[in-house]
Amino acid sequence: MQKRVLFHNPWLPYVLLAPQIAVTLVFFIWPASQAILQSVLLEDPFGLSSQFVGLENFQRLFADPHYLNSLRVTAVFSIAVALLALTTALVLAVMADRALRFAVGYRTLLVWPYAVAPAVAGVLWLFLFNPTIGILAYLLRGVGISWNHYLDGGQAMLLVVIAAAWKQISYNFLFFLAGLAAIPRTLIEAAAIDGAGPVRRFWTIVFPLLSPTTFFLVVINVVYAFFDTFGTIHAVTQGGPARATEILVYKVYRDGFIGLDLGGSAAQSVVLMAIVIGLTVAQFRFIERRIQY
Amino acid sequence: MAEVSFQAVGKTYPGSRTEVIKGISARVADGELMVLLGPSGCGKSTLLRMVAGLERISRGTMAINGRIVNDLEPKDRNIAMVFQNYALYPHMSVFDNMAYGLRIARIPRAEIRARVAEAAQILELTPFLKRKPGQLSGGQRQRVAMGRAIVRNPQVFLFDEPLSNLDAKLRTQMRVEIKKLQTRLGVTSLYVTHDQAEAMTLADRIMVINDGVAEQVAPPLEVYRRPASAFVAGFIGTPAMNFLAGRLCGDGRAVELAGGVRLGLPAPVAGGPMAGGTEGAITVGIRPESLRLDNGHGDLAVAVDLTEMLGADSVVHGRLADNGSTLVARLSGIVPARPGDRLRFTIAADALHLFDTTSGRRLDA
Ligand SMILES: Nc1ncnc2c1ncn2[C@@H]1O[C@H](COP(=O)(O)OP(=O)(O)OP(=O)(O)O)[C@@H](O)[C@H]1O
Ligand SMILES: [Mg+2]
Repeated sequence: MQKRVLFHNPWLPYVLLAPQIAVTLVFFIWPASQAILQSVLLEDPFGLSSQFVGLENFQRLFADPHYLNSLRVTAVFSIAVALLALTTALVLAVMADRALRFAVGYRTLLVWPYAVAPAVAGVLWLFLFNPTIGILAYLLRGVGISWNHYLDGGQAMLLVVIAAAWKQISYNFLFFLAGLAAIPRTLIEAAAIDGAGPVRRFWTIVFPLLSPTTFFLVVINVVYAFFDTFGTIHAVTQGGPARATEILVYKVYRDGFIGLDLGGSAAQSVVLMAIVIGLTVAQFRFIERRIQY
Repeated sequence: MAEVSFQAVGKTYPGSRTEVIKGISARVADGELMVLLGPSGCGKSTLLRMVAGLERISRGTMAINGRIVNDLEPKDRNIAMVFQNYALYPHMSVFDNMAYGLRIARIPRAEIRARVAEAAQILELTPFLKRKPGQLSGGQRQRVAMGRAIVRNPQVFLFDEPLSNLDAKLRTQMRVEIKKLQTRLGVTSLYVTHDQAEAMTLADRIMVINDGVAEQVAPPLEVYRRPASAFVAGFIGTPAMNFLAGRLCGDGRAVELAGGVRLGLPAPVAGGPMAGGTEGAITVGIRPESLRLDNGHGDLAVAVDLTEMLGADSVVHGRLADNGSTLVARLSGIVPARPGDRLRFTIAADALHLFDTTSGRRLDA
C-alpha cells in the first residue's frame, strides 16, 4: 500500500516537524552531547577547571570493582523485576480474561498503581517491610524468617525488586489483557477440539500469539528497571546495604552529585545511553521481524 | 460408524432468559450429511457448537454413537470442526496446523507425516505445507481447515458456514469438493449454512430451523416439494413462494382465494381449520415456477408490474386482478410482458400448497 503523503508546500513537513525536533534537541541531544563531552574531561572538585583525558574515565570505570558490582546488581535487579512483573501480570491477566470479559471502567481501575510515584510506592513497601513496625516483617518473623533489609543485602534486593515490580504489574496486566482479548476465541476452541487441554492450549497457542506483546513488555520493563526505579531505590535502600542495591542509575547520581566525580559520572551516563539505544534497536528489529504471521 | 442423535435438546445462554434452541429432536444417520439451514440468528451455530461441546446443553440429551455426550469435553467427543473464519493457528505452518491434533494424540511421527501428506494430496495442498496461513489465499486456507479436520479421522465432521468467506465461483466449486470428500470418507457430518443452494446440493437431509425450532427434517427434494410449514415453503426456493389468503370450501375439495377465484384440489383436505368449524381460513402457497401462462383459460388474472429477463427464464412480478395481492411467476423462455399488460396463469391442482394460517403447518389430504 502507498503510505507516502504528498505535500504541496515543500516547507510544510519541516514546519510540522519543527516542534518535535526542537524538543528533542533541547531535552535530549544537547544534554546527551554535554554528557559525552563531560565524559572525556577530568574536572577538579570545585568545577573551576577541566582537562581533556580521552577515554581515561571509561578505563577507570571498567577497572572499578564498585562499578562492576553495580553492573551485576543492575542485571540481577532488572531481570528479577521484569520477570516478577511480567509473570504476575500474565497470571492475573489470564485469570481475568477467563473469569469475565471485564467492563472497561473496571479495567482502568487496575492501572491505578501505575499512577503512584515510584518513591511513594517505595515508601509504601518500606513501611510494610519495616523490621520494627512493618506488618509483613512481623508476619515473616512469625514463620521464622528474621527480616532486616537494613542489614541483609539479599533481603534489601528482594524488597526493592518487589516494590519496583509492583508498580509495573498493572501496566503489564493491561497489555496482556488486551493481547489476550485479541486472540480469536475460535482458535482456542479449535485447539480444544484438537484435543489440547487448558495448559497445553496456553503454551502452544496463547503464549506464542502473545509473544509480540511479551517482547514489547520485556523491553519496557527492563528499561523501567534500569531508569525509572531511581525513586524506589532512593526511598527504600539508598543503594545499600553495602551497595547491594546500587544499580547503575543510582551510582551515576551518587558519584556525580555526592562524589562530585563529574567525568566518571558522565562516562557512566554514556554507557547507560548506549544500553538504551541497544535495547531500542533490538526492539524495533524484533518487532519488525515478528509482526508478520 | 457414528450416529448423532438429539433428544429434546434445548439451550438457554447463561444470563439470558430466552431459550435459543427450543427442544430439537432428530437423528443423523451414520455417514449422512445433514445440513442445518435457517435464517441468521435462528440457532444453527448454537446447535452445532453444542454437538462440538463448545456450548453446554441446557436440557435434553445428545448422543454420539449411542453414548451420551452432554458432559463430555470437546476433546473426548472425537469430532472435528471447520470454522467460518477457519481458525487456523497463525503462528504454525500448514503442516503443523494439520499435525497439531495428531501430536497431542501422541501418534508416531512417521504416521503423522504420512497422514498429513495424504490429506495434503487430496486437498492439493502439498506445495504449501511449509507456509504460514497468512501466506495463503482464502480458498487455500479453507482447504487447510478441511485438512486439519480430516487427518484426525473423526467420527463426526462439523462445518459452520465453511464457505461463506469465499467468492461465489470458488464457493460453488468447493461445495462440490466437500460433497465428494464427505461421500468418499463416509463420515457423519453436520453442516451449517444459510445458503439454500448449498443446502440443496450438499445435503442428504436438511433440517430447517426457525427460531430454535426444527420445522422440518427431510431430504432436499421433499423439503422443496412438500414443505412442512409456510416458513419452510417461503425459505426454500427462489424467487420465494407466493402466499395468498384463501379459505377451504366445498367440503375441502376446493379453495377460494380472496376475491373469488376458485381452485380445485386433487383430493379433499380434512382436519385443520375445516374440522374446527371456523370459516376455514387458510394460506395458499404457489411456487413461482409452477405457474403456467395460459391467456385463454387461466384462472389467475394478473396485471404486470415488472418483468425480469434472466435469459433462460423470465420472472414476472404482478398483481392479482381480483384482490390486488402480489404474485411472482417464473416462466421459461423470454416473456415480453410490459408493465400494465394483463396475463392469465393457470396452476396445476397438485402444485398448490395449503397451510393453516394460524399455525403455519401444512394441510394435506
Ligand atoms: N454467547 C451468547 N450469549 C447469548 N446469546 C447468544 C450467544 N451466542 C448466540 N446467542 C444468541 O443465540 C441466537 C442464535 O445464535 P446463533 O449464533 O446460533 O445463530 P445462527 O443461526 O448461527 O446465525 P448466523 O447465521 O447469523 O450465524 C441469537 O439470537 C444470538 O443472539
Ligand atoms: Mg452462525
